Amino acid sequence: MVLFPFYWMILTSVKSYAAYNGEAVPQLYTLSPTFKNYLDAFTTVNLGKYFVNSIIFTVASTALMMVVIIFAAFAFARLDFKGKNVAFTLFLALMMIPNELVIITNFTTITNWNMRNTFLGLILPSVMSIFYLYLLKENFAQVPDELYHAAKVDGTKDITYLFKVLVPICRPTIVTIIILKVIECWNSYVWPRLITDDEAYYLVSNGIQEIREHGFGRENIPAMMAAVVAVSLPLIVIFLIFRKKIMAGVSRGGTKG
Amino acid sequence: MKKSNLKGWLYLLPAFVFIGIFMIYPLIDVFVYSFEEGYNFASQTFFGKGLYNFSYVLHDTFFLQAVRNTFILVLITVPISTGLALLISVCLNSIKVLRDFLQTVYFLPYVTNTLAVGMVFMILFKKTAYTDGLVNVILNTFGGSSIDFIEGPYWAKMFVLCFYTIWIVLPFKILILTSALASVNKNYYDAARVDGTTRGRIFTKITLPMISPTIFYLIITGFIGAFKAYSDAVALFGTDLNSAGMNTIVGYVYDMLYGNSGGYPSYASAAAIVLFAIVLTITCINLMVSKKNVHY
Repeated sequence: MVLFPFYWMILTSVKSYAAYNGEAVPQLYTLSPTFKNYLDAFTTVNLGKYFVNSIIFTVASTALMMVVIIFAAFAFARLDFKGKNVAFTLFLALMMIPNELVIITNFTTITNWNMRNTFLGLILPSVMSIFYLYLLKENFAQVPDELYHAAKVDGTKDITYLFKVLVPICRPTIVTIIILKVIECWNSYVWPRLITDDEAYYLVSNGIQEIREHGFGRENIPAMMAAVVAVSLPLIVIFLIFRKKIMAGVSRGGTKG
Repeated sequence: MKKSNLKGWLYLLPAFVFIGIFMIYPLIDVFVYSFEEGYNFASQTFFGKGLYNFSYVLHDTFFLQAVRNTFILVLITVPISTGLALLISVCLNSIKVLRDFLQTVYFLPYVTNTLAVGMVFMILFKKTAYTDGLVNVILNTFGGSSIDFIEGPYWAKMFVLCFYTIWIVLPFKILILTSALASVNKNYYDAARVDGTTRGRIFTKITLPMISPTIFYLIITGFIGAFKAYSDAVALFGTDLNSAGMNTIVGYVYDMLYGNSGGYPSYASAAAIVLFAIVLTITCINLMVSKKNVHY
């Protein structure tokens, strides 16, 4: 039941157009697989462009987010300053706020900044994630104090300590967060849909939807499935490589979307 | 001391800038929007303040349709997916061979693109000029007649939507439940076995109470998640959900904001606040019920 849709998607993607439409009763296997559909998927519609866009979006927002949350997590976990607890409580409270409430104003903000159909407009609102900040802060706090004091005695600056000691020690958590964020970015649909109506800035989710409604002509389902396989494959590969990490990260309490 | 205060806030500054602009300000603004009547997006003017937006939204047939769809979706998918996940995780927990492999397989839907796989489901269920689709062929062999699940009767479309939603949310629940089951102290089971307790009794008297906080957590997040359903419906029925009669509350919010019927941020805000109120109420009810039934 779980695997069947995947099987069906790959199967359909290698059936030729004529063969697929010739089957009044769909066949469960094919004897003459073809890769022409994949060629079609990348040539007749702009799938390649969507891919590039998605990669830019994913890399940029993940990288920016990591910088922002590493600094913030360090401040919360290691530094002592006035108002720290208040600030942290505020952050936790904001975690409960559903995205749907804030997305309306964000849409207006980005529109007013003339950032529709730009990468900046796509990326900026997804830079901050309180949940990942929280995960990282918990991990930073587990690193023994002695290391910090030792570094202080040696005259190490905070920022050197952060990047030379803390980040390497917490690498497993950081990698997990990066992977989860990449998955999230790759699959994001709602915000990109609101903020882009120029095809040149579509991400893969929007691209797939566009292909469904306007590309290929409605009936070329094998080519459509080839596009679907192409979009799903990168994540499945990442998942199979980092299986353990992803599952551990998710079970620590994330929800999808 | 002064200097370290400054430094702390300096490290926090980037995070605060983003949160301020994209979370705190919008949160206040959404309430302001929802009370501004006749707001015009182009000229950014409005006539007055009041409750008209709420009244408009609550009388809009599309909104009522969306609310009904969402409630049906929630009431069907949350119990079924939680129950099914419990069943599968208990089975997973009791087998030794292939456990890792099966866990991986069950988790696969979590990482896939909702839109992309939704299209696979659409093809499985869809009836076209060439073929009735695989599901209908199976129906036929059991003596049923073909149904157009994607553009056909309401209940058929709802069935597909529920089916797909359950398929999408199962992995998360299975993962959480298996790790909860694995963490139950083995001593309890050994003691029960010495006493000769039956398997059914072990399950209801030991396993269920021990993992009840987890089940409960899943029910709450399940409710919240199902109320926010949107992209699953888009994947199956296309972007014009109103005409398909399959819109959800979140879908209604976005349609009001943007798209063919868009340009009404005030209505969108009002609808979003109604949604938030519904979710908040249900979560509170859930919490009260759990106080009575969950063993910590």
